[in-house]
Amino acid sequence: MPVSKEKKSKKKNRFALDEDTVKIWFRKLSEKGISLFRAILIIGLSFVILYPIILKISIAFKDKIDLYDPTVVFIPRNITLDNFRIVIDTMDYFKTILNSTLLSGGTMLLTTIACALAGYGFARFKFRGSNILFALVILTILVPPQTIMVPTYLNYRDFDFFGIIGLFNGGKGLNLLGSYWPFIISSLTGMGLRAGLFIFIFRQFFKGFPNEIEDAALVDGAGVIQTFFRIMLPNAVPAIITVMLFAFVWQWNDTYYTTMFLDNVDVISTKLQSVGVNIGHRLSSAEASTGVVDPAYVSTLVNTAVLLSMAPLITMYLFVQRHFVESVERTGIVG
Amino acid sequence: MFRKGKATLEERKGYWGWLFIAPWLFGFIMLFAIPLVQSLIYSLSELSLSPTGISLDFLGLHNYEQALTHHVDYNRTLVESIVNMVVNVPLIVIFSLLVATMLNQNFKGRGLARAVFFLPVILASGVIASIESADFLQNMMQTGAMVEETSSAMTSSQLERLLIGSGLNEVIVTYLTGAVDRIYEIISASGVQILIFISGLQAIPGHLYEAAHIEGATAYEAFWKITFPMISPLILTNIVYSVIDAFTENEMTTLIQTTAFTNFDFGLSAAMAWIYFIIIAIILAVTSYFISKKVFYQ
Repeated sequence: MPVSKEKKSKKKNRFALDEDTVKIWFRKLSEKGISLFRAILIIGLSFVILYPIILKISIAFKDKIDLYDPTVVFIPRNITLDNFRIVIDTMDYFKTILNSTLLSGGTMLLTTIACALAGYGFARFKFRGSNILFALVILTILVPPQTIMVPTYLNYRDFDFFGIIGLFNGGKGLNLLGSYWPFIISSLTGMGLRAGLFIFIFRQFFKGFPNEIEDAALVDGAGVIQTFFRIMLPNAVPAIITVMLFAFVWQWNDTYYTTMFLDNVDVISTKLQSVGVNIGHRLSSAEASTGVVDPAYVSTLVNTAVLLSMAPLITMYLFVQRHFVESVERTGIVG
Repeated sequence: MFRKGKATLEERKGYWGWLFIAPWLFGFIMLFAIPLVQSLIYSLSELSLSPTGISLDFLGLHNYEQALTHHVDYNRTLVESIVNMVVNVPLIVIFSLLVATMLNQNFKGRGLARAVFFLPVILASGVIASIESADFLQNMMQTGAMVEETSSAMTSSQLERLLIGSGLNEVIVTYLTGAVDRIYEIISASGVQILIFISGLQAIPGHLYEAAHIEGATAYEAFWKITFPMISPLILTNIVYSVIDAFTENEMTTLIQTTAFTNFDFGLSAAMAWIYFIIIAIILAVTSYFISKKVFYQ
């Protein structure tokens, strides 16, 4: 009788190694193994990412004497804040940080507003040509900015839209280079750094809203603008946070537009480019005795400078990082 | 436009759409469309600045010819940039997919790991990268006070020589060790892609995995049959994003910038930029065409 035969074969001895037990062992072992493998991989990769920062921190606190001491590798023996003092002075640190913050913060706000408006317009309104225009938005992401670099530069040098300004100024336009105006104009019209991407994000986000919300607002007597400001925007917080973060960080690190438009104003990204040279000059004019500068010491100071320029971003990131991952998930770029 | 009296509700709403995109449209025309056309004109002529404005001498295709045949660096830089991109983009996408899969599982310290992996996006400054590669002190710290090896501790030339010497295919070994050497570059460029993949992985409905588990699928099979098709649209997105990222800031763009602002050869710079753009457009079009054929849309 098949039933009793199966029952007999299933009677297990505690120490019997039958098929099921082995399978369970194997599965548990492989799960532990995968956990271990994953932990090693993640720790290893995190180390690769964090190593430069740790290195810089250790270099920044080292005293001059420690540079040539072969027993000192990561933890300095003589801790000094001298490096910071010299670098802050050379780079005019606080003023530069202030400029960078103003620039990045300002463009962040203007870009977010402009892109939210445009994204909402593309997402929720059907008008002729909306698809073609959105394809043009994507085009602005694809075209490398260097293609329009020369005309943009010349346009801002002699800014004159549709000849209106020329009427007041005796035929010549305004020279907007060297001021914040190019940035204001480009972010206010949603054509700033990677603004096409932000419009895309907002559009995907707004498209994910059900139509019923707008219909309910209409029934309740809200006009289009009221619907936007009182219903759509408050719900758009994830997208807004994402866009603001990206806009701020990318503008902070940008060297392309800042060197083109803001040669005379100090911002962190451009200051960093010349910091090696500045430090070299400062040291060689201070070393009245020999005029020869110690390259290892210059390197120490340059590393401190880089650390100081990364510090504001890292601190800001620590506060904001939790929202970052959450917001991107909820913007609806995906699915 | 006005067929029977007033416009319908839909059409009236449509006019509001124009209002919302008006700032963008103004910016697009003034800051993109017109400069694009102007750039094309400049690339076909020789531009010189004078106190009263600019003067254009029509040159036809001379600038293009100059860039491709006479210019010392252009061809080389162009090929290097393209090869760089072709090598890096697959590595970036594969790497970020693996990392996203790992970071999507539940383990202690997951939030911290995600924060660390996204850090390079925050710190991605071209200036910092160029300072670090030329840095004296960091090299000194890596090789130790005595300079015995000329390469820094993070390269793998010894291992590479060993593998090739033992008979493995040279092309594969060179490619893989090259990938490992570039690991820092790849990790730095993967932040946004990892984020997008994580979001995509979380959007996959869990019941698919449960059903597969009941049917007896292994984790490996589940990955290839469920995970991979479901995120294939995002693979396309990430490939396009990585290609654009690779082309945004590299040797080629600095060459274009120096030609314009250091050598004051604006026409040539515009021609270089247009050739660069056309090649990017072709690469993107071909890549997206072939990949979107394989994408599984639901």
